[in-house]
Amino acid sequence: MFHVNQQHSPRIAAHLLLLVAVFAQGTALAAVLPEDRSELLYHSYEGGGVTINGPSVLVRKQFAETVSVWGNYYVDMVSSASLDVLTQGSAYTEERTETGGGIDYLHDRTTMSLSYTRSIETDYEASTVGIGISQEFFGDLSTLTLGYSQGNDTVMRNGDENFSQPAQHQRFSLGFTQILTKNWIMSFSAETVSDTGFLNNAYRQVRLSQVGGLSTPFESYPTTHNSDAYALRSMYYLPYRAALRAEVRTYTDSWGVKSNNYELRYIHPYKDQWIFETKYRAYSQNQADFYASVFTEPREFMASDKEMSAFSDFTLGLGASYEVKADWASVFDKLTLNLYWDYMSFDYDNYPNKTPENTQEFGLGNEPAYSFSANVIRFFVSVWY
Amino acid sequence: MQSLITCITAGSKAFGYLVVLGLFCGCSFIQPWVKPYERENIADPIMSFESNPASTKYMNHVFEAREAGRGAEGSAGGGCGCN
Repeated sequence: MFHVNQQHSPRIAAHLLLLVAVFAQGTALAAVLPEDRSELLYHSYEGGGVTINGPSVLVRKQFAETVSVWGNYYVDMVSSASLDVLTQGSAYTEERTETGGGIDYLHDRTTMSLSYTRSIETDYEASTVGIGISQEFFGDLSTLTLGYSQGNDTVMRNGDENFSQPAQHQRFSLGFTQILTKNWIMSFSAETVSDTGFLNNAYRQVRLSQVGGLSTPFESYPTTHNSDAYALRSMYYLPYRAALRAEVRTYTDSWGVKSNNYELRYIHPYKDQWIFETKYRAYSQNQADFYASVFTEPREFMASDKEMSAFSDFTLGLGASYEVKADWASVFDKLTLNLYWDYMSFDYDNYPNKTPENTQEFGLGNEPAYSFSANVIRFFVSVWY
Repeated sequence: MQSLITCITAGSKAFGYLVVLGLFCGCSFIQPWVKPYERENIADPIMSFESNPASTKYMNHVFEAREAGRGAEGSAGGGCGCN
């Protein structure tokens, strides 16, 4: 969409001018702040030799009907014995802790937002500051949002005290939501991300096979990365009180990766207290320009990360939400118990299942393609007050 | 399916710009066509694009850590340290 270089800066200016023009002619109907609500979430991911679980707590509260503040505490407890880890090292455990907070300020029909997030691992630290503005207009049928965030990271390598590299990320987002009919709403999102610095994994190695033999130097990625993503989402209210949600997204980046994904979701309430949900999501991408499972000569940029290879995946999801209406829950405006399960399946086109046994049997670079599946569980309690 | 998605997503770019431009040029004579008293269905909680913010943020993180595609998730991004 709009990069932060000189070539694209006129497009940023055009977007901002457009925003100002639209603001100037909005109609006077008040917007509202997000609801006072807290979520206590337990999350679990298990697949491909990796287990990640932990809690997340999100709390939000309004003050004086014009200010809403939120705080989030999130933990990933990782136990990894993935294919990469097993072929290049040994299984490990680690923990990532993320804390964040933000404030939303409502003035008339404009909401302005400020947020800060900090993430800490033993070998990676990240801080992100974000600002945003959201405007409702056209009789509250339309909402325009603009966002910007900047993240500053420090990449380290456990066992190498001298290794410390910076990375910076900037994100520009634009969103437009339109109520089309009394049963139909549509949303368009665009986001440009611009990265600079040390952008590859600090541990992963590539296989370099030359006349002299096999060596395994560290991966080397370009120090700049720009990407554009566009998404269209739509929801339709069915005549018997159920909802259908569709989403399509496309992505391109300066490393040669193009991807698409689409999702269909069906939400079905049952009696007063239950809401059931099912979804299907499919994703596919091609490989980065500098990806190979085996390199035959040294190159400036070399990647063997499976996320840089060509692959496709799909997700099947089921979920249920139950509203507790017991006497003890009456202290809250509303209390729900929620359980969601997602089954994910990944099929790689050119990322090999490079176990030593396969390499010996099929030869270097001729190993069968890798695939794996994962189960993702979310269990959470939501309270409104 | 790939060509269908490409076609739809190319259309989505045009849709975004056209709708914003259309509102910019035409708000003065096009009036809101869904009246406030007709928005009961749209306001139903099941019609929220994402009903559960912490849960949605987590799923976006799950996908972004395993796929090259990123951005335009429809909710705020942030530092993840997932490189």
